[in-house]
Amino acid sequence: MTALVIAEHDNASIKPATLNTVTAAAACGGDVHVLVAGQGADAAAQAAAQIAGVSKVIQADGESLKDGLAENVAAQVLAIAGNYSHILFPATAGGKNAAPRVAAQLDVAQISDITKVDSPDTFERPIYAGNAIATVQSADGVKVITVRTTGFDAAAATGGSAAVEKVAAAADSGKSRFVGREVTKSDRPELTAAKIIVSGGRALGSAEKFNEVMTPLADKLGAAIGASRAAVDAGYAPNDLQVGQTGKIVAPQLYIAAGISGAIQHLAGMKDSKVIVAINKDPEAPIFSVADYGLEADLFTAVPELVKAL
Amino acid sequence: MKVLVPVKRVVDYNVKVRVKSDGTGVDIANVKMSMNPFDEIAVEEAVRLKEKGVVTEVIAVSCGDAKCQETLRTAMAIGADRGILVETAQELQPLAVAKLLKALVDKEQPQLIILGKQAIDDDSNQTGQMLAALAGLPQATFASKVEVSGDAVNVTREVDGGLETLALTLPAVITTDLRLNEPRYVTLPNIMKAKKKPLDTVKPEDLGVDVTPRLKTLKVSEPPKRGAGIKVPDVATLVDKLKNEAKVI
Repeated sequence: MTALVIAEHDNASIKPATLNTVTAAAACGGDVHVLVAGQGADAAAQAAAQIAGVSKVIQADGESLKDGLAENVAAQVLAIAGNYSHILFPATAGGKNAAPRVAAQLDVAQISDITKVDSPDTFERPIYAGNAIATVQSADGVKVITVRTTGFDAAAATGGSAAVEKVAAAADSGKSRFVGREVTKSDRPELTAAKIIVSGGRALGSAEKFNEVMTPLADKLGAAIGASRAAVDAGYAPNDLQVGQTGKIVAPQLYIAAGISGAIQHLAGMKDSKVIVAINKDPEAPIFSVADYGLEADLFTAVPELVKAL
Repeated sequence: MKVLVPVKRVVDYNVKVRVKSDGTGVDIANVKMSMNPFDEIAVEEAVRLKEKGVVTEVIAVSCGDAKCQETLRTAMAIGADRGILVETAQELQPLAVAKLLKALVDKEQPQLIILGKQAIDDDSNQTGQMLAALAGLPQATFASKVEVSGDAVNVTREVDGGLETLALTLPAVITTDLRLNEPRYVTLPNIMKAKKKPLDTVKPEDLGVDVTPRLKTLKVSEPPKRGAGIKVPDVATLVDKLKNEAKVI
């Protein structure tokens, strides 16, 4: 029994989500291999070989894998899928994109967003925006899984010494072409890997105010910035900052929600945070029901005061 | 060109579901049901493409029991031209739905299939990608912008870290994200009109698809509850608590 983890990487390095996925793969009970599919990804493959608990790295390198097109990544996984009992992707935008293609072509069910491995064929996963946890058992020969990274500790990034085996890159599908990317430039920690997150909601009122109020707090704490769906829909913050059921799922040490009422869809994305602080002037805001520390105050005075007091 | 839009009947997004005390599932008796919000965005996008003259026919499909007809009528009230109900009392999992849709794609030959990126009940986020794989089609998931030109479609996608744009050769599968559009309000005259639009019913057997579930739900339980927190009177107390009690800063 061997599990294959599909690495999330940028060719130069391995993204933290990969480490949590390795832990989930190890919990399935067998050896753990990692596939690094990319172009010029030697450095990422070397980094994957260092992850504790990984016994082999498979590196597929070629033009077709440069931009992570789902069609080609899935074809790459399928080319080696026969060797594995479990195939695990992190539940990132990239993992969610490719995993179901692999499952469908293997004619197996996919188990999405697992938060716990009960046994090699039984897994726990949240449903209904995390308002219920389903325990599901798969009867299929191969388990194709996406892993909710907040459900598993990160494997140690060093300590391993796996061999790297190179394989030929899958052919391009010819039906999908990468055109361009607009990356949000930021020196801040990545939202899903940050220890502290400060998140703003609709109460901020404008993109300018959102920046003016939230940025100094994030700077002071070395935190990532998040946002509620309402703030993203209103254009106060870019889409990749959205925390919630259909956005990013986060579980930092400290989550500070300012001007966020706490719709169930938002709570679904952050309620596993270790400590939650809510700043809201509405005493009835549902966010207070999950907050360890609630401060009933106008965020426009409380947040700058907080920045000064830190 | 034809567009196929699959729509799912789910518990309304405003309803907070309760886990049944015997752990067999969630209690959905007498709760409000609606079209999955992402599917509503998919229907709206298809109808807008028709209004722009890019598309000639919008076909809505729903898989499930007879009540899914309501969801199809809603899709037709937004502007879909006709509906297909794949009727079954069986619990349907994403792989089964993808196979049913693949059979309909073979039959109807749409150039575009637009789906919601995930259903808000099982939160699987699988069906669109599975359909694309089974039908051998390219895919663009989590779309925030769709532009059809000739036999290709450019799709801007919401991904980790920002946006990316792909060019797909038609036919293709697209799944919608929240920012793609804001679905219109359905008006009474359009609801009346929708009642007269054609709605066909087929069975999975007619399509030659085995929909037996592959995953067995052993139990459904309540998530762990967070302990009740406290209200702090001012910023100074908050900082003190974070430093000395929670020790997170």
